[in-house]
Amino acid sequence: MAIARRQFDAVVVGAGGSGLRAALQLAESNLKVAVLSKVFPTRSHTVAAQGGVSASLGNEEPDNWHWHMYDTVKGSDYLGDQDAIEFMCRKACDAVVELEHYGMPFDRLDNGKIYQRPFGGHTSNYGERAIKRACAAADRTGHAMLHTLYQRNVRAKTQFFVEWMALDLIRNQAGDVLGVVALEMETGEIMILHAKATLLATGGAGRIYSASTNAFINTGDGLGMAARAGIPLEDMEFWQFHPTGVAGAGVLITEGVRGEGGFLLNKDGERFMERYAPTVKDLASRDVVARAMATEIKEGRGAGKDGEYILLKLDHLGGDVIDKRLPGIREIAKKFANVDPATDPIPVVPTCHYQMGGVPTNVHGQAIAPDGKGGERIIKGLYAAGECACVSVHGANRLGTNSLLDLLVFGKSAGEQVVRDIAADANAMPDLPKDAGDYTLARLARLDSAASGERVSEVGAEMRRTMQLHCGVFRFPDSMAEGVRKMLEVAERNKRTFITDKSKVFNTARVEALELDNLIEVALSTMISANARQESRGAHDRSDFPARDDVNWMKHTLWFKDGNRLEYKPVQLKPMTVESFEPKARVY
Amino acid sequence: MRFQIYRYNPDVDAKPRMQFYDIALEPTDRMLLDALVRIKMEDDTFSFRRSCREGVCGSDAMNINGKNGLACITKLADLQDPVVIRPLPGLPVIRDLIVDMSQFFKQYHSIKPYVVNDTPPPERERLQSPEDREELNGLYECILCACCSTSCPSFWWNPDKFVGPAGLLQAYRFIADTRDQTVNERLDNLEDPYRLFRCHSIMNCVDVCPKNLNPTKAIGKIKDLLVKRTV
Repeated sequence: MAIARRQFDAVVVGAGGSGLRAALQLAESNLKVAVLSKVFPTRSHTVAAQGGVSASLGNEEPDNWHWHMYDTVKGSDYLGDQDAIEFMCRKACDAVVELEHYGMPFDRLDNGKIYQRPFGGHTSNYGERAIKRACAAADRTGHAMLHTLYQRNVRAKTQFFVEWMALDLIRNQAGDVLGVVALEMETGEIMILHAKATLLATGGAGRIYSASTNAFINTGDGLGMAARAGIPLEDMEFWQFHPTGVAGAGVLITEGVRGEGGFLLNKDGERFMERYAPTVKDLASRDVVARAMATEIKEGRGAGKDGEYILLKLDHLGGDVIDKRLPGIREIAKKFANVDPATDPIPVVPTCHYQMGGVPTNVHGQAIAPDGKGGERIIKGLYAAGECACVSVHGANRLGTNSLLDLLVFGKSAGEQVVRDIAADANAMPDLPKDAGDYTLARLARLDSAASGERVSEVGAEMRRTMQLHCGVFRFPDSMAEGVRKMLEVAERNKRTFITDKSKVFNTARVEALELDNLIEVALSTMISANARQESRGAHDRSDFPARDDVNWMKHTLWFKDGNRLEYKPVQLKPMTVESFEPKARVY
Repeated sequence: MRFQIYRYNPDVDAKPRMQFYDIALEPTDRMLLDALVRIKMEDDTFSFRRSCREGVCGSDAMNINGKNGLACITKLADLQDPVVIRPLPGLPVIRDLIVDMSQFFKQYHSIKPYVVNDTPPPERERLQSPEDREELNGLYECILCACCSTSCPSFWWNPDKFVGPAGLLQAYRFIADTRDQTVNERLDNLEDPYRLFRCHSIMNCVDVCPKNLNPTKAIGKIKDLLVKRTV
């Protein structure tokens, strides 16, 4: 069957914050661009970010990017690449100011400048005390940002392909990426989008866990596509468990609550973070706070009937501050926890939130892979930005508010690189391989012809249970080994899934089956990378190796789908212009 | 719990039908969306949009027991049994609960939903007082779910000509922004018997907005500005 084809200068897959920021760069450069999104752009998961975007504007107290850089390196538990971290922190102020110029409705200080609040792990003067660095629009910063970026794209007349799902990358013999095969959900038609540049901006895959703050659409589509195309995934063992997901529901409660003065209590009413992080207490890094909470629960000091959660107290802030700075939280707490935080604490538990790993890229968003000779090479035609990319600025643990910054800075720099590459190679539109699209059609044909088999919902549930049980906040050697065995089994079962709905029009059963293919790659890479890393660093905490091991493990993991092979590459300790921050013990 | 759900798949159905589902809910199923997801596990042909499941992305707007709302923040305990679910009224149905929202977004785009300020951008942020910023509260929070516009009879009759409550709320969001320099052009763009003045203040929009926003009030403010401009 011949597949319909269209040609573009660039295809952007995903229309969340990083995809929209990149798309804007491309559209304003008058390139022919297609932006694909499974959902209408303002429904992307950036919309759910709450607390703020970091930039050392210094609107309330002195600040500078060196301090921000230090905090980010320390937050990453020294796994972040210091050149990339310098790149991001130096560009933070410009990125936020630019967004303000686009119309972002930031909250304001009395002097008219952007309002900033404290956030976990952000400090003054290299760790002295908490600092106000998170630029916020109430507790709806992501919503305000995503809508502003979409609006700016409307102005730039960006061409969107709404409710299109990219299924696979197209690569030629040389390994260059030449576009994507995609599904138009409304019609069920398959199309090849042939392009000089393909930019992945598909976000995270927090849906590999049962308890997740992530949206249903966060299924790691870019990672699955990359993995199937033979591209490695970097540092997939590092998943952030956000300290404050609503117990039972998983819905996020921003760290901004603690930034505004809220704090955590155990069942005895003790403000236990004072024991774990004497200086900044509840505003320590997320991995530190999440582990402290999990320890309290494990040692029998959790609140609730079964001691299963921790209490987040904020009533002392007063109804006025809550309504002004945290109105969305009040709404969420009432709806999902049945409490009014103006009078009662919110029951919370650490909940899977963010994927630090992803498609390996440089600071220009260019995808990179080992060259087989001990070095690295750029994968021509492929770019990635945002949560699906691993630059790596977050290393083993991301600081709150650095995700929104990441997608602004690297969305833009990836867009700029695409513009440069296309200008340098203006006439080149490499030919598609003869078999382009065949692999995808075979995947679809299997799904459509299967008359019986495993139910997609059941295989998905087994994957989520396995990851939750064997690869959570605390990790144990025997349990992880069993997790690997189980995940390999789940991946086999996934090859035999079937759906009863074989129709064309808006077949969401088919979409969910294709999403599960991507989630499985992410879960497998996570489980295998985690099992192999014999140390505790950032969000990866294992009982048999409780300490960080800089001698043997200060290196990035690369997982290849083919044979579940692992390779490692060094951490870039040398920043662009300043002195390195030498690894030291992480105390908050 | 019993659900009566609008079903239509143009690939297989000659016409729409209502289908009953009796579902045994788990204690963890608190919101309507949880029940819909459970129904889909049993019948994968049932189609609807959903994403954030916390009322901020605007995907799962639908008509629930006769009133528009978001499935993910509608508590099952508050719903009368059987629960009757239909797609948002007034828009073409693509399949089951999935409607074609092109007309809705076209109206949103028609109000030029972006800040226009052609003065050279300063080195740092443009200043805005907290009071001026306060004007945007109750406006910028819109999630474009379309609950309001699809509950509005004026929008049902003239979806191509009447901007509708969601679009007008956003029109006022940009009029009210002190950083925007095009208030007059924005008012010109609305001064029309259909685009703005088809609003007859019946306030269905206010009644259904899942974010508790008030499009009618914003529309009133636009009308006031138009009056002020002429005197």
